[in-house]
Amino acid sequence: MELSSALKSTWAKPLAHLLCLAPFAWLLWAMFNDGLGANPVEKLTHETGQWTLRLLLITLAISPLRQWTGVAAWARFRRMLGLYCYFYCCCHFSIWFIADHSLDLADMLEDVLKRPYITLGFSGFILLLPLALTSNQAMLRKLGRRWKTLHQLVYLILVLGILHFLWLVKADYLEPAIYAMVAVLLLLHRLGPLKRLSVNSLRVR
Amino acid sequence: MIKIRKRWEIPEAEVTPEPLYRRRREFIQSAAAIGGAMLLNPLVTAQASYPVDGYRRGVVALDEELTDENDATSYNNFYEFGTGKEDPKKNATDFRTDDWTISVQGHCEKPGTYSLEDLIKPNALEERIYRLRCVERWSMVIPWIGVPLASILKPLQPTSAAKYVAFRTLHDPVRMPGQQRSVIPWPYREGLTIAEAMHPLTLMSVGMYGKTMPNQNGAPIRLVVPWKYGFKSIKSIVSIEFVEAEPRTSWNMVLPDEYGFYSNVNPEVDHPRWSQNKERRIGEIFKRETLMFNGYEEEVAGLYDDLDLRVNF
Repeated sequence: MELSSALKSTWAKPLAHLLCLAPFAWLLWAMFNDGLGANPVEKLTHETGQWTLRLLLITLAISPLRQWTGVAAWARFRRMLGLYCYFYCCCHFSIWFIADHSLDLADMLEDVLKRPYITLGFSGFILLLPLALTSNQAMLRKLGRRWKTLHQLVYLILVLGILHFLWLVKADYLEPAIYAMVAVLLLLHRLGPLKRLSVNSLRVR
Repeated sequence: MIKIRKRWEIPEAEVTPEPLYRRRREFIQSAAAIGGAMLLNPLVTAQASYPVDGYRRGVVALDEELTDENDATSYNNFYEFGTGKEDPKKNATDFRTDDWTISVQGHCEKPGTYSLEDLIKPNALEERIYRLRCVERWSMVIPWIGVPLASILKPLQPTSAAKYVAFRTLHDPVRMPGQQRSVIPWPYREGLTIAEAMHPLTLMSVGMYGKTMPNQNGAPIRLVVPWKYGFKSIKSIVSIEFVEAEPRTSWNMVLPDEYGFYSNVNPEVDHPRWSQNKERRIGEIFKRETLMFNGYEEEVAGLYDDLDLRVNF
């Protein structure tokens, strides 16, 4: 199958790396070329936060993609996408910790405890860590069945991330609502109804 | 009449002498006119907002660095032209403000429809450098040009029943495309107590950075209340009404628990979702402390002696 061989070709993964790093490269370039507007810290925080969510959604879209296309090779990209999600999340957290809290741990933790939307975002960031640490083959083998249970955390992280975004918006909910809708679709797919639908449509074909 | 100088006013002698200053403006104007004619740029003549030539410089000065003009005109909260910070500059370029009128109603002796000239011209334009603190925790320092709101309101002769002043922004979804989405209830509404409106710091502004008010910053006329969060400083005003009861205000209508009628800058009263004790000055990376009443405590605290600022946030 053409799609399958394309996904398995030698340039597929390097290309995926390039695509995942492109937003980072762009932000870095913009940072040194006055391209981030009047409030560069805010821009960097928002962009890295949104890329965290986008990569999380893309990671979770791998399974449905596999089913809809009937191509198993999509799964080759899942770990990489998940790790890039974590990478952008680390950037997001670091910018906030450095620029908003001047690396003051107590000041930062006070914000985490006091502000619900930060509590949610921070929890998501902390929960991503074990997933990132256990993403390699060795840990997969070592943890066996427990690996899958552990990685179910990603659904909780998704909910935390979406709520974090929704809760910080002032009045215009359009953007976070779009993320929320995609997230709901991906979760519904796991729950069954959409899965059945897609399997049926595959059968018809 | 003895004029008592406030600490935010600089002595007359320090202000650039008017004749000298006028000559400078004339030079700039003639140079601009020649340049404009050479380029045949229609935008030069199409500008219909209030001209600001001959304003008195530095009537209120501030020992803080001005925000970069480009930042102040490209990072705006003006939902009438979109909810993104960069939207207003992009979407307000074609906004026409010709023949702008302001309706004056309510408890006053001189209600009616006034042109900008009617309201502004009897007063000398002043430049006042104020801090601007947004409720979203960023701030700027902007050289506004305008006249004290009090000197616009007094000739309208408000009666004793006028306890508050209510303002409205233009409602025209064709000219203000952001109004095609009901993100907040239109038109935008704001209000002040009569004492706040008459306070000498409260400014009705028609320009900034020595120029006519840019569309994205609230052309042709906007309010500037430097000790309150930015959203109180309503833009593109078409209506002034003297009322007896506290008027409804837009953000308070959307989220009453988060945005109060007063919305004075107060580092001790947090927004329900975020702290208000720090702010990021545009142009800086790290946050700085937010000042009580945005640094105008000495001038305005007296207005709120009888108010619990936690309850009346």
